[in-house]
Amino acid sequence: MADTMNVSYDTLIPNNVGLSSDRRVLKALEKWHPGYINWWNDLIPENFQKSLVYLRTAVSVDPQGWAKFDYVKMPEYRWGVLLAPQVENRIIPCGEHYGEPAWQEVPGEYRALLRRLIVIQGDTEPASVEQQRFLGKTAPSLYDMRNLFQVNVEEGRHLWAMVYLLHKYFGADGREEADDLLRRQSGSEEAPRMLGAFNEETPDWLSFFMFTYFTDRDGKMQLESLAQSGFDPLSRTCRFMLTEEAHHMFVGETGVGRTIQKTCEMMNEAGIVDPYDIDKIRALGVIDLPTIQKKLNLHYTLSLDLFGSEVSTNAANSFNWGLKGRYRENKLEDDHRLKDATYPVAEFDGKQITVRDVNAISAINMRLRDDYTEDARGGVRRWNQIIRKHNIDFELALPHEAFHRHIGTFSGAPVSPEGLVISREEWDSRRDEWLPSKADGDYIQSLMKPVTEPGKFASWIAAPKVGIDNKPGDFEYVKLHMA
Amino acid sequence: MTKPLKQHLIDPEICIRCYTCEMTCPIEAITHDDENVVVDFEKCNFCMDCIPVCPTGSIDEWRVVTKPYSLEEQFSWEELPAQEDIPAGGGESGSDTSIEALDDEMAKLLAEAHAGAGGRSRAPATASKPSVNLYTISKPAKARVAGNFRLTAEGSDSDVRHIILDFGNQSMPVLEGQSIGIIAPGTDASGKPHLPRLYSVSSPRDGERPNYNNLSLTVKREDKGVCSNYVCDLKIGDEVDVTGPFGSTFLLPDDPQARLLMICTGTGSAPFRAFTMRRQRTVGTHGGSMTLFFGARSPDSLPYFGPLNKVPNRVLSKHLVFSRIPGAPKEYVQDRLKVEEEEIAELLGDENTHVYICGLRGMEEGVEKALTNIAESTGVEWISLRDAMREQGRYHVETY
Repeated sequence: MADTMNVSYDTLIPNNVGLSSDRRVLKALEKWHPGYINWWNDLIPENFQKSLVYLRTAVSVDPQGWAKFDYVKMPEYRWGVLLAPQVENRIIPCGEHYGEPAWQEVPGEYRALLRRLIVIQGDTEPASVEQQRFLGKTAPSLYDMRNLFQVNVEEGRHLWAMVYLLHKYFGADGREEADDLLRRQSGSEEAPRMLGAFNEETPDWLSFFMFTYFTDRDGKMQLESLAQSGFDPLSRTCRFMLTEEAHHMFVGETGVGRTIQKTCEMMNEAGIVDPYDIDKIRALGVIDLPTIQKKLNLHYTLSLDLFGSEVSTNAANSFNWGLKGRYRENKLEDDHRLKDATYPVAEFDGKQITVRDVNAISAINMRLRDDYTEDARGGVRRWNQIIRKHNIDFELALPHEAFHRHIGTFSGAPVSPEGLVISREEWDSRRDEWLPSKADGDYIQSLMKPVTEPGKFASWIAAPKVGIDNKPGDFEYVKLHMA
Repeated sequence: MTKPLKQHLIDPEICIRCYTCEMTCPIEAITHDDENVVVDFEKCNFCMDCIPVCPTGSIDEWRVVTKPYSLEEQFSWEELPAQEDIPAGGGESGSDTSIEALDDEMAKLLAEAHAGAGGRSRAPATASKPSVNLYTISKPAKARVAGNFRLTAEGSDSDVRHIILDFGNQSMPVLEGQSIGIIAPGTDASGKPHLPRLYSVSSPRDGERPNYNNLSLTVKREDKGVCSNYVCDLKIGDEVDVTGPFGSTFLLPDDPQARLLMICTGTGSAPFRAFTMRRQRTVGTHGGSMTLFFGARSPDSLPYFGPLNKVPNRVLSKHLVFSRIPGAPKEYVQDRLKVEEEEIAELLGDENTHVYICGLRGMEEGVEKALTNIAESTGVEWISLRDAMREQGRYHVETY
């Protein structure tokens, strides 16, 4: 019997799914492997490929084994296939099959939708690595560079996780989908990534932190709800991915927090009280708080779009068929079928925003988006604590759900961040008050100077309070090749 | 006064509320409100499952307290309270709130063992963070003996054993340089159970056999020694009560380029075997230099004489020194240090060098004298160099 806790290294692909005794899938994955390595090698600049990076690698999926830290060259990172241990007697946690034993094989009648859910999730993983490919060159410290690469290799591993499911459970069309995951490219004209936010550039490090805070948090919510799938292999895959995803949340929250920290420190030091005294603040080499709010507005709203339409038949089917649950479905105390339940959904009729109760099953996307907003609010509260501690009169806030939207009922609606419906003209004329302007982008870009001396940080960002793996402040997280 | 307690806490300034710890905790000792994620003192049993899954390190916080912080107190925190000074009983100046070990007896033993460094020991800057005190006298780990080999020649009057212990599915994360305690069965003359005896682990962190949950010890049979005789007589399959791990300063730097000067006698070689194997398994010949001075009476009483000779010199520069070779003058490690004066002086002058001394207490004086001479021959005052190195976590002594 395969040892499902520890990772086996008896094939090229580390795994805890007994690959060595599953010749068909092993062969398929080995065929896919070179394409993946090529994709990686084409993506990451060569001097980083040859550098030693202090990364964590999972050697087993139990708590003791999943975070082993060591120096590795990224192309030698042990990407592999890791599933959380099977929970005995697990049931389908929601929908019309609620209470039946969880599926260990693909339920034939739901095959197409299940495959689509996996492909969409899989498509986001390599996309973000593509979006972030140039950031290594402007890293504000070796610490941040290491965090970027950790996020990148783990997104790579998450791609592996989805590709394994496609190869193992979806035969020839699964193999084709797996190949397509490497064929599509973020921002490409002919073969773009499937979701809008994943075709946007990540031009600077504040964008990267906002992306990992807001957009990866969408990823976390999607993984949370796929971890509640009645298709057990998907659930087990996503449960293990969530432990890694937490690191991405960490990079985002602390990255933005450290940016705010440095701005506040410098304002205090220079005796600047007015947070809107932007020229003076920028002269200090830090990013003013109003610009940080604009970046927040942009990334938060792009991420809301990722949840899809508020009312959705696809989402209803996913839930009803037991393929995708709600956030923490297993902790919710209701009938898990939602046949007669309702959920309040906001709507825009061209003039005003109203709220009406709709069938809860159709509003699954809306509900997940609300859970997301609640989750995202926590970090904003903690960012505000930093500002308050420095006695600066400024508060960051999440904009209204109707502001700057491209998907769903609010798509294109002229709504201010406070949620007021205004005229198209007013919205357009005030756009640069609310969203980063070209000039804001240029200013942030001007700060993106790489810092590669251990323990040193760029002007606009504070040092972290704790090192990775408890390492001291001047630890050399990346031993740069030819540095 | 009440005995100080160890409490597990989470730093609310570092925590990002991902709740991964809460999902991981097998006994639901972790909970959260709208503000903070907290650990229930009444429930937490120090199983440590939550430690590696935390992405931030905020989970790895410990305080020695006289009265544990309640859940309500923890929910209200915006930052973690500092460690309070705890006045010690018995007229001492203050309790040691560092955590080489939490068992009083073990902490005392380690403090004595490290005293030769001349001040408070510190871990190397790049050392991994050690786990301590996962298992205690009242809640020991149960290990199975997987091997017991004599390391010294049959004819030698010194019986040193290589003992392999397997921990099955219990977690026993030990770093090179840490010790574990072994509890001999039975009671002492006054009818009390035996206290654990500390043994330095001689295998690297990934196990005597890589990725097996086992470790090795290097144990010398002492005349009338209760625990050493118990350990040396263990048979394969025997079950052993183990406490620990202990020690948070005598550790290997993770920086593969750090240079190591290791000086030992007898079973003091145990941690250095672990250091060397760790290096061999990770960087091979590409690490910083490693130099070993190893004293014994004769080759047939020197533990690991055979395997040691197989380690290539470009990995480990070896100086094996013998004090009882018929027809040869007695030579001790300090004598050889003086012979290799130039090499030692160069090492001491390099800020990348870490010095480790391990063995019988009797070796301390001679080694210290030799190092004093060598340092001062280059115009450096030894005590200030030593103290500076110790403060930087680069000078370590463990003698018994």
